[in-house]
Amino acid sequence: MNIVTMAEFAAKGESPEILFWVGCAGSFDDRYKRVTRAFASILNSLDVKFAVLGTEETCTGDPARRAGNEFLFQMQAMNNIQVLNGYGIKKIVTACPHCFNTLKNEYPELGGNYEVIHHSTFLQQLIDSGRLKFEGGAYKGKKITYHDSCFLGRANDVYEAPRALLIALDADLIEMKRSRKTGLCCGAGGGQMFKEPENGKKDINVERTEEALETGASTIAVGCPFCMTMMSDGVKNKEREQDVKVKDIAELIAEAKGLS
Amino acid sequence: MISQIAFVLVLAAAIYFIQKRFGRIRKNINLGKNRDFKDQVDKRLNNVLLVAFGQKKMFKRLIPAVLHLMIYVGFLVINLEVLEFMIDGFAGTHRIFAPFLGGFYTILMNVFEFLAIAVLVSCVFFLLRRNITKVPRFFNAEMKGWPRLDGNLILFTEIILMIAILTMNATDQLLQPISDHYPTTGELFFSSLLMPLFAGLNESTLIVIERFAWWFHIVGILGFTIYITYSKHLHIILAFPNTYFAKVEPKGHVNNMPVVTNEVKSMLGLVSAESSAPPTEPGRFGAKDINDLTWNNLLAAYTCTECGRCTSECPANITGKKLSPRKIMMDTRDRLEDVGNSLEKGGPGLNDGKSLLGDYITKEEINACTNCNACVEACPVLINPLEIITELRRYVAMEESGSPASWNSMYQNIETNFAPWKFSPSDRFNWAEEKK
Ligand code: SF4
Ligand code: SF4
Repeated sequence: MNIVTMAEFAAKGESPEILFWVGCAGSFDDRYKRVTRAFASILNSLDVKFAVLGTEETCTGDPARRAGNEFLFQMQAMNNIQVLNGYGIKKIVTACPHCFNTLKNEYPELGGNYEVIHHSTFLQQLIDSGRLKFEGGAYKGKKITYHDSCFLGRANDVYEAPRALLIALDADLIEMKRSRKTGLCCGAGGGQMFKEPENGKKDINVERTEEALETGASTIAVGCPFCMTMMSDGVKNKEREQDVKVKDIAELIAEAKGLS
Repeated sequence: MISQIAFVLVLAAAIYFIQKRFGRIRKNINLGKNRDFKDQVDKRLNNVLLVAFGQKKMFKRLIPAVLHLMIYVGFLVINLEVLEFMIDGFAGTHRIFAPFLGGFYTILMNVFEFLAIAVLVSCVFFLLRRNITKVPRFFNAEMKGWPRLDGNLILFTEIILMIAILTMNATDQLLQPISDHYPTTGELFFSSLLMPLFAGLNESTLIVIERFAWWFHIVGILGFTIYITYSKHLHIILAFPNTYFAKVEPKGHVNNMPVVTNEVKSMLGLVSAESSAPPTEPGRFGAKDINDLTWNNLLAAYTCTECGRCTSECPANITGKKLSPRKIMMDTRDRLEDVGNSLEKGGPGLNDGKSLLGDYITKEEINACTNCNACVEACPVLINPLEIITELRRYVAMEESGSPASWNSMYQNIETNFAPWKFSPSDRFNWAEEKK
């Protein structure tokens, strides 16, 4: 795959249209690496001039901040800001709502000011501007439900862009009982991804997966690496991996475009 | 004359207790850390208008919203009548506005009566919802004992206050034709329906009932005002300031800690001479007790109506974890009251050997939070339990190094591998080479 790093752009004295912030899950998690590649292949197919930081990227610090370790968060943030500012980055697109939220809302106070967009919004903009087009409804009549990521939805009021993509794909979008502002968390935010849940009656991801399965959808669309893990585990827990898939919106688009 | 003196005494006593209580509450809130709110005034005023005055967030659940609106409007409008009560009480007059306003007075009184009925009906509905249909959010663990009684007492008091108004107006109308002291009010529709109940009584009995209802209503209102200061019902006043001081940044934003910023900057050698100049106050990282929280968090604790909308949307609570965002607010308030009461008696206050974290809120609770903001979104008065949870977690992580073990390993991974998992940083870009 042809991916150009920011260092290479800088060496040529060029600057990209956007910086694609891959995030730790997008870089290391086997499942989410597929999303990273799907999104990158869409960008490549449309000749979007983008760069990644490659090995210069490090954790935004989000999990540390939410777990309470403000020192570690700010260390990470400062280091990242130095790199980003060093390259004069203006516009960042990321497929991780946690990175998105932190870069957009929390880096400015520490000296990092960028235009930050979630990949769903960026893809929607590509459709709106006519750059990204679909022929024939690949998902016509296919039932898809969309699970809101808390850090995208409630935290940043991005509810419509991911849905607009599913509608553009001609999918039959079915909402869960709790959606948009009242969408139920997958259970991974606030550092929960990195620990066992506290004692309770049930796991949050199972509760949410049951709700998703109730819609009768054969695909659960997500826009967040943590939601991806939690919902996939939920589907496994319910022994439905055979007939229900959990997919990121970028993957659905890449499939429709025959890119994967 | 005697009744005028009695009125002045009752009013003076009530004012004394009310101001004393509010003074205490103000002192308690001021135990919190200072924070500036001069930013984004437009947004803040907008929140007060839409959320406090306009009750915007209540309308997420239609039926309670309409009933609540009735009580709210009733409360605002009927209190206009208290003005007349006051003047009559001081001057020894009766319905001083009636002769001046004439037909308009009749309209006004009929509007009041309509609202009184609306309040009464709404309160009865709410009592039934609470106790008969048992809306689940009123039955969580933290709602046992006083909080449940408090909710019922408020509704019950409002009902009897409304009955007092209607009784007063009914007997008043019976007295108007037979006593000069009672100016005509015109027909008051709802209370006239009650007139048959009192029809056979003689003048003096009617006067006794009318006076009793009058006194009952005004003393009731004053007593209720004092009661409110000990109750979750404080939201009728504090919702206004609380919406003003509520978070205006996107919900995902976590408040920055400038103290840490300074330290990190100097560790990284990023400080220039000027920026290191203003020394930020030291003190604890995060919050162990109420005085480590900012005062707006404490105001929020007094504003909480214990409605439980937050808890009913909390993924942790729904799946049986101990965490309940409502309890976070109630515990904060309980701690404030305990410290305040101790200070009032010259006791040790904050130094009583207890603290918010540990004695009121446990680590198990705060560790269960997913930072999903469902509670924040749900709250009709813009309370943010997540801010308190985050501050408590900060204390545990930075002062006690007491985060759960797996979080400590996550921290370590970030420190050494720059990712929350144990992967080598040099493998970060491998995704581009691997094919599927
Ligand atoms: S942010 Fe925390 S306390 Fe609030 S609803 Fe979500 S999990 Fe519950
Ligand atoms: S914090 Fe808000 S939503 Fe929760 S109980 Fe209090 S008033 Fe209700």
